[in-house]
Amino acid sequence: MRKNHFDLRAQPGFGLITLFTFFALYLPIAALVVYAFNASESLSVWGGFSTRWFVSAWNNDAVQDASIRSIVIALWASTLATLTATMAALATTRTRPYRGLTFKYALINQPLMVPEIVTAVALLIVFSRIKVWTGYSGLGYLVLAHTAFCIPFAYLPIRARLEGMDLTLERAAADLYATPWQTFRRVTLPLLRPGIIAGFMLSFVISLDDVVITEFVKSGGQDTLPTYMLGQLRRETTPEINAIATVFLALSVVLVMIFFFINRKRE
Amino acid sequence: MSAEQRQRAIEIRGVSRIYGEGEHRVTALSGVNLAIAENEFFTLLGPSGCGKTTLLRLIAGFDFPTDGEILLHGEDIAPLPPFKRHVNTVFQSYALFPHMTVAENISFGLQMLGRPKDEIKTRLDEMLELVHMTAMRNRQVNQISGGQQQRVALARALAPKPQVLLLDEPLSALDYKLRKEMQVELKRVQAETGITFIFVTHDQEEALTMSDRIAVMSNGEVRQVGTAREIYDQPSDRFVADFIGESNFLEGEVTTVSETSARVKLSSGVEIDASLPAGKTPSGKVTVVIRPEHASVGEPGPDHLNGTLEEAAYFGTDTHFHIRLDSGDLFTVREQNVRSVRDQHRKGERIAAHLGPSAAQILKDRS
Ligand SMILES: Nc1ncnc2c1ncn2[C@@H]1O[C@H](COP(=O)(O)OP(=O)(O)O)[C@@H](O)[C@H]1O
Ligand SMILES: [Mg+2]
Repeated sequence: MRKNHFDLRAQPGFGLITLFTFFALYLPIAALVVYAFNASESLSVWGGFSTRWFVSAWNNDAVQDASIRSIVIALWASTLATLTATMAALATTRTRPYRGLTFKYALINQPLMVPEIVTAVALLIVFSRIKVWTGYSGLGYLVLAHTAFCIPFAYLPIRARLEGMDLTLERAAADLYATPWQTFRRVTLPLLRPGIIAGFMLSFVISLDDVVITEFVKSGGQDTLPTYMLGQLRRETTPEINAIATVFLALSVVLVMIFFFINRKRE
Repeated sequence: MSAEQRQRAIEIRGVSRIYGEGEHRVTALSGVNLAIAENEFFTLLGPSGCGKTTLLRLIAGFDFPTDGEILLHGEDIAPLPPFKRHVNTVFQSYALFPHMTVAENISFGLQMLGRPKDEIKTRLDEMLELVHMTAMRNRQVNQISGGQQQRVALARALAPKPQVLLLDEPLSALDYKLRKEMQVELKRVQAETGITFIFVTHDQEEALTMSDRIAVMSNGEVRQVGTAREIYDQPSDRFVADFIGESNFLEGEVTTVSETSARVKLSSGVEIDASLPAGKTPSGKVTVVIRPEHASVGEPGPDHLNGTLEEAAYFGTDTHFHIRLDSGDLFTVREQNVRSVRDQHRKGERIAAHLGPSAAQILKDRS
């Protein structure tokens, strides 16, 4: 094949920039992981290998508490978001284009477009009113807020999957005496599964990771792992925070790998 | 028993389907009438875009007629959704469920009908046997070849014992050799199961060799219905004569009409005998169709179609003689090549087309 003269990779300095970007992205993470195993209390002076900060983090009640809360919120939010996104995707793809469809796309993807801080402030105002009226101040507000910003992340892979699906398959099911519900259960849903799993995992990671909206919406004593870590950084820090971040990182990597594995197997 | 006398499986009465409105209006079907008998291998034949798929979709229930009614064993099925019609489809793209095995695909219909497990198992084995796919039963459908997918699609549609099976160009994706094989297979399966087949194709050869009866369609209309022989030997109009096989068309004027034939005076002045179209007594100017193999080459004479030989094309089993008639029309004669002594005809030679008995046929229309 002829070499493409406009190939970006052939431009001078490309290798250098790549190298720089690579280091800028991964060097801090590598340092963070390395210092999680530091035996000393310093974040910058190496004092030998130890797993003491992992043990200390594990035994830290506040960390345990925040972790469990993070996972509970993420599970609820990604489940609700995936459900909503599946219905939204079905409603926006199994139809001819009509007036207002673009508006619906915009509505579903709103959290991607409005700056997070704006949403956070808006939610803070609305939820504080509701808290006063109802007297309820549980995790529901956080779950609701997380669900809202997770929906577009769940929606996109599910919609992509639906758009790639051959409509004749559903017709064939109907032809073979499947009622619309059976067609959905036996054909549409199984074929949609990789998209749904991808949507769920993306939502889960996004929810787990959120700081801004959580910080504004949470009531006292409702720290999630990221807001707890943020709180810790304001005080004196030890490599314990590195240890937490490392576990967090490992969890995300595992989730992403599972996600790729599932998609690969489907092909 | 003729097809008309047998029990009718499907009856289509004055069915039209119009898509869109205003300038986007497309008449996919207009005033289609058909009666298809039980156990019949019935073919819809026509060029691409003539409305064949639309008609199948209406019968299957994926779409609804703008006008007219569709009867399945005498019962109007218009209000029924596809999953309540005892009609199954073999899709052009096969549409096998990619997340199921061969066996799961074939059992799907029976499961949806809520049949007992042992009945499903027996029927599944029967179907696998019928299409020679027993060894492949546990394969995923993307692990089998196109021809095998075709067989699975057929078995899947036959398993619930539909009253009518619809096949939309099922063989068009296969290569030539496989297509020939599947044509034989389909005929065998139809004979063994006794299910009414409505088969769609744009391939005239496929239609002629496989069908009990054929409906030739064009522009959303049915132009002629009949057996392969009827359609080939007595095409009702120019479209049918042109679409199926090769034809010579000559213009002329009817001079005298008898019970079964007429004398037609061609533009060159020669008078020939031509048989009448069904159900119409022609008069005045008419078009006459003559199949190339119903004529032979010979010496010019007052009762023959005289002209000059423009070309003799050799095709192994037969030779095509292209004769420029004195009237200016180009006329093709097809003769079988016999091993014995052959007349050698040269380009530019004076020659004539001799018509066999009842070689000429008057067409209904003059288009
Ligand atoms: N959903 C539709 N909307 C508009 N026009 C259609 C639609 N389906 C079919 N047609 C038109 O109807 C005509 C017949 O189509 P079809 O039945 O698919 O033909 P065939 O199967 O004989 O090739 C074509 O002109 C096609 O463009
Ligand atoms: Mg078609």
